[in-house]
Amino acid sequence: MMRRRAALKYGAVAVLAAGAGVLGRRFLTDPGTTPEAQDVLPLPLDQMSFNLTRHDGAPTGPEQLVGRPAMVFFGFTYCPDICPTTLADIADWLHELGPEAEQLNVVFITVDPERDTVPIMRDYVGYFHPLVQGWTGTPDQIARAAGDFRVRYEKVPLGGGDYTMNHTAGVFLFDETGRFATLIDYHEPREFAVPKIRRVLTPVTEERT
Amino acid sequence: MKTCYFRPLALCAVLLLTATPGFAGAEDVRVTDPWARASIGVNRPGAAYLTLHNTGQDDVTLTGVTTPLALRPEIHLTSTNAEGISSMRRAGDITIAAGESVSLEPGGLHTMLMQLQTPMQEGESFPLTFEFSDGGTVTADVPVLGLAARGPLE
Repeated sequence: MMRRRAALKYGAVAVLAAGAGVLGRRFLTDPGTTPEAQDVLPLPLDQMSFNLTRHDGAPTGPEQLVGRPAMVFFGFTYCPDICPTTLADIADWLHELGPEAEQLNVVFITVDPERDTVPIMRDYVGYFHPLVQGWTGTPDQIARAAGDFRVRYEKVPLGGGDYTMNHTAGVFLFDETGRFATLIDYHEPREFAVPKIRRVLTPVTEERT
Repeated sequence: MKTCYFRPLALCAVLLLTATPGFAGAEDVRVTDPWARASIGVNRPGAAYLTLHNTGQDDVTLTGVTTPLALRPEIHLTSTNAEGISSMRRAGDITIAAGESVSLEPGGLHTMLMQLQTPMQEGESFPLTFEFSDGGTVTADVPVLGLAARGPLE
């Protein structure tokens, strides 16, 4: 009986070991970043090439974001739920960071250029936090910007001529060299989001020493 | 944020509730933590959030919502897929099992208030009536918070 139990035990260990071996090989042969994963990551900011208009009417583009860490997210002002929630979260993170936050460029880019004109963006972003910039442009310009960030969006009719937009909802963080650092998922708790932002606030050169 | 059960009773006092008498299911539904964000004008849809608790012995099914504030109030569900793309659709009927509750909160279920009749002003409130399959209704008074509010008042 004892012997049988021991055999079972060793048998189980052998099965586990074999399983671990398979998993181990899997991890070893996995190149880590698959082509699909690379497709969904935003380009480095210095490789992007779009032109948009800031909420104060000034022309802007990705080059404006290189040199300082940046936080960028896509949405639209007619969005009732996810966009104001994300902007309210961003405002909350910025308050938590205090004066440190002033190093950041914080940009909200619309995926609904038909309705989100420059004056609309100016009115809207002011409600959340003074650091938030609103960028808009022509439909072609927005398509180009979204492409560079690997952001997807589509118009969805709501009936009665009304429509809403499906869109990529995460918040992108870039370090001051313009390299994509990480994503803050929609509605990520403050205790995870704020350390991620602090990390991009640490200069790349300092990190390396 | 989701329930008031562990808070002192006073903090739950935001709840203002009337139930239509005579319907066994709907009259057992309680509302906690109602809130909405202020709107900019009337062109954009608003959203309202709260938690519905079914305190009764029978399941109840939420079939619709009405409010004098908006011509087209609907319960919508926001979801985010594996690729990080968020979308929104009509939620359809929602069954709340006996003893269970359903939260309408940012990034999930919410009452979408389309075609606002008046702007949603911070500091004001509006009635929101939930309709159930048994014909009963439950009305909550929803306080309007700031545009950048993140949840109900503590």
